[in-house]
Amino acid sequence: MTVVEDRPATADAPPPRRVNPVWALLRNSWRQLTSMRTALVLLFLLAVAAVPGSIFPQRSVNRENVSEYFTAHPKLAPVIDRLGAFDVYASPWFAAIYLLLFTSLIGCVLPRLRDHARALRSVPPQAPKRMDRLPHHVAASPRPEAPDAAAQAIARGLRRKMFRTRVREEGDGSWTVSAEKGYLKETGNLLFHLALLSVLIGVGFGHWYGWHGNRILVQGQDQGFCSALPQFDEATLGPRLTASDLPKFCLELTDFQSTFQDNGQPKSFGATVEVTEDGGPATTRTFTVNDPLRLDGANINLIGQGYAPVLRYTDKYGVAQTKVVPFLPTDLMMTSEGVAQFPDANVDPATNNRDDKQQVGFEGVFLPTAGTDGSAASRFPALDDPVLYLSAYRGDLGLDVGIPGSVYSLDRDQIDSGRLQKISGDRPQVLRPGQSWTLDDGGRLEFVEVRRLATISLRHDPAQVTMLIGSVLGLMGLMLSLSVHRRRIWFRVLPADDTDTGTGGSVVEAGGLPRTDHAGFGDEFAALTETALARDHDSEEGKS
Amino acid sequence: MAEWSDQLMALTVLAYLAAMVCYAGEYAFGQRSRIGKAAARQLVGAGAPAAPAAEENTPAKPSKGEWAGRVAVALNVVGLALHLGTAATRGIAAERMPWGNMYEYIVSTTLVGSAVWVGVLLRKPVLRHLGLFASLSLVVLLGAASLIAYTPVGPLVPALNSYWFVFHVSTVIISSGIFLIGAVPAAMFLIKNGYDEGKRSFPYTLGKRVPDAGMLERLTFRLHAFAFPLFTFGALIAGPLWAEASWGRYWGWDPKEVWAFISWVVYAAYLHARATPSVKRTVATWIALLGFVTMLMNLFGVNLFFEGLHSYANAG
Ligand code: HEM
Repeated sequence: MTVVEDRPATADAPPPRRVNPVWALLRNSWRQLTSMRTALVLLFLLAVAAVPGSIFPQRSVNRENVSEYFTAHPKLAPVIDRLGAFDVYASPWFAAIYLLLFTSLIGCVLPRLRDHARALRSVPPQAPKRMDRLPHHVAASPRPEAPDAAAQAIARGLRRKMFRTRVREEGDGSWTVSAEKGYLKETGNLLFHLALLSVLIGVGFGHWYGWHGNRILVQGQDQGFCSALPQFDEATLGPRLTASDLPKFCLELTDFQSTFQDNGQPKSFGATVEVTEDGGPATTRTFTVNDPLRLDGANINLIGQGYAPVLRYTDKYGVAQTKVVPFLPTDLMMTSEGVAQFPDANVDPATNNRDDKQQVGFEGVFLPTAGTDGSAASRFPALDDPVLYLSAYRGDLGLDVGIPGSVYSLDRDQIDSGRLQKISGDRPQVLRPGQSWTLDDGGRLEFVEVRRLATISLRHDPAQVTMLIGSVLGLMGLMLSLSVHRRRIWFRVLPADDTDTGTGGSVVEAGGLPRTDHAGFGDEFAALTETALARDHDSEEGKS
Repeated sequence: MAEWSDQLMALTVLAYLAAMVCYAGEYAFGQRSRIGKAAARQLVGAGAPAAPAAEENTPAKPSKGEWAGRVAVALNVVGLALHLGTAATRGIAAERMPWGNMYEYIVSTTLVGSAVWVGVLLRKPVLRHLGLFASLSLVVLLGAASLIAYTPVGPLVPALNSYWFVFHVSTVIISSGIFLIGAVPAAMFLIKNGYDEGKRSFPYTLGKRVPDAGMLERLTFRLHAFAFPLFTFGALIAGPLWAEASWGRYWGWDPKEVWAFISWVVYAAYLHARATPSVKRTVATWIALLGFVTMLMNLFGVNLFFEGLHSYANAG
């Protein structure tokens, strides 16, 4: 059984004269908070509190799922949102639990640290009077040397086995050897709990001083990205950071490699980029799914891929605009959805008047490999036979309203209300690279080429390495704590007082106390006493 | 190869099922014959140097129950071999470690559990009486894997193609296997303890022929204390390291991660409870069983209930 020693009672504290009730309450609460039972309850609460985060969609994981939840449960969602159900791990109640737990941890560990430091400097305690009361015991058996020599020899043997020992002379001519081992258990346990604390601090530090963002990076010089805040598709800075704290670098996707299995499963991805850091010279770097691009102050992970058709629209006045349009993959075969919007189309060059009813938009799917049956589903994710299926719309795209809509589809409200009208037939137009399509008003859309795109996530967490070191140390502490056992052994060496052993001999008795649950202690004790007593091997007496 | 694997799987379940029936037979017929006596002896001898075995010469013709028990152990070992074959052929068919999706993950985890169980059995034959429950859980888990989670052999998605895959998944599989099988002595301890306290209603009657409660409790602790650091490494160190390299964040509260965290906290609570003198051992053991429930939740529940939030768990 594990022995958890009571903390030494504060015997030297002055007798309480007038106990301040507030002080007494505080002290009692602190004692309660730092007890093992409280720690247990708080651990439980932590586990329970983590559950809702797997049931409800989390903003920190996937914002869109949260919006979907709001649409699906319009009544319930706002209520549970107020309870923090969509931000469980940032909610006040979750924080309250782990902060209490870690307060309890500090309150628990600090006194143990002090006690352990004392224990490390202390000597093994005196042997108990009645060794036969100990869980392990070997009754007196003879040894040829005199008591002090025997005691010293026994202690030497124990020291060789890494026991801490103390030899004491008793008044009556007898000697005792006290030995103790396994201090590393408590050392490891404290290390583990302190490491937990360091990891928590690391999480907090990383949250304050870290940042992350996402970006779709399309191949090509004109599509490069520099680490200024507006250039991210989405970015979150830690509360202690400002935009000027971001490291300065630029990226340009020069190449994207992907290979696929016959069944369309991706086999490997890799992106090649030109990187300039702090205005230095450009270098070419490649990174893949499990091997991020590590820059000074930012790690860049490749998290997705896709295609971006390049479309040129020449309006009825002959003014041409070119757009590189990222399409969103919707299935394994990379059937992708997207929309090309030309709000500045059909501006009369004579008047320079923009006519809201003359904007043009195209919506449809892109297939990297066209199906044989003409269906709008890709047959293979690689660019074997790229094709676009597009429908054309003219009217008011609704882009000026100020509500950011999807960048992968047209505004449904505008279409439903008739402000935006389909001007192509029921069947979408088929376009292959190089082909063009002339609309009813003489406008012309040309499918110029297809470029690759990479979805990248950019992140910096200044505490990451420290936390890794902390957790590895913590793991080592945990293993020590669970595998080392604290145990004590005592020997009492008495002068042999009768005649048959002759002069100078001694009689040795031993006892052992495992201080933690430890199955192997019996064998260890038997082996240690066997050598220490150098007993007659046939004699069975002395076994209890 | 893939078909072999599927057929071996069926045979594995059959072997465990047969072992279960034989264990049950021993349970039904078995008197506290040799096994019982051996148990008693081992307990008396615990702590003190073992006395020379004096009773070995009791001629005791093995009873019907005894035979059933021996056959059960043999079938159990056959089941383990078939189980190993299932996983190996699957790995060969896929040309990678058989840990790429939920089905393979469960096959591998239960393989570890089964191996640990057979290992425990060889070292402590006394525990044969737990065989009924050990084989029952193997049959249930494997059956569920085949029915609910079966996935045809396929290659890994690129995100899984990493050496962290080996570190993370192997350690998590091994520790989960040990945690899972650790629930058997935990449950039996509670039953036996209840029986010893005089409870005679249904589950407690099963405790009649079960070996000593203290030994079951210690075995429970040792299995959990061994699995816990391994799980800590696999789920809370190697997992985040891999996630950082692959997804760019070391921890993102994905449902899988949430439930790994919950399991870890619950098992930490178990170790705490066991180390706290004022908390009863039965209470601590209940916490270990709760940990088992959270592991099952991660093994099945998260993949089934929370689909869509994380695709990698069934990817493959
Ligand atoms: C942050 C949450 C905590 C976690 C995850 C945690 C985890 C653990 C684990 C896994 C062990 C087992 C190691 C062993 O048995 O040697 C342990 C032991 C221990 N913990 Fe914690 N702990 C936490 C908080 C606390 C707190 C708040 C206290 C103080 C009230 C505490 C006091 C102890 C003690 C005294 C032991 C040693 C038990 C023994 O002698 O075996 N822990 N802890």
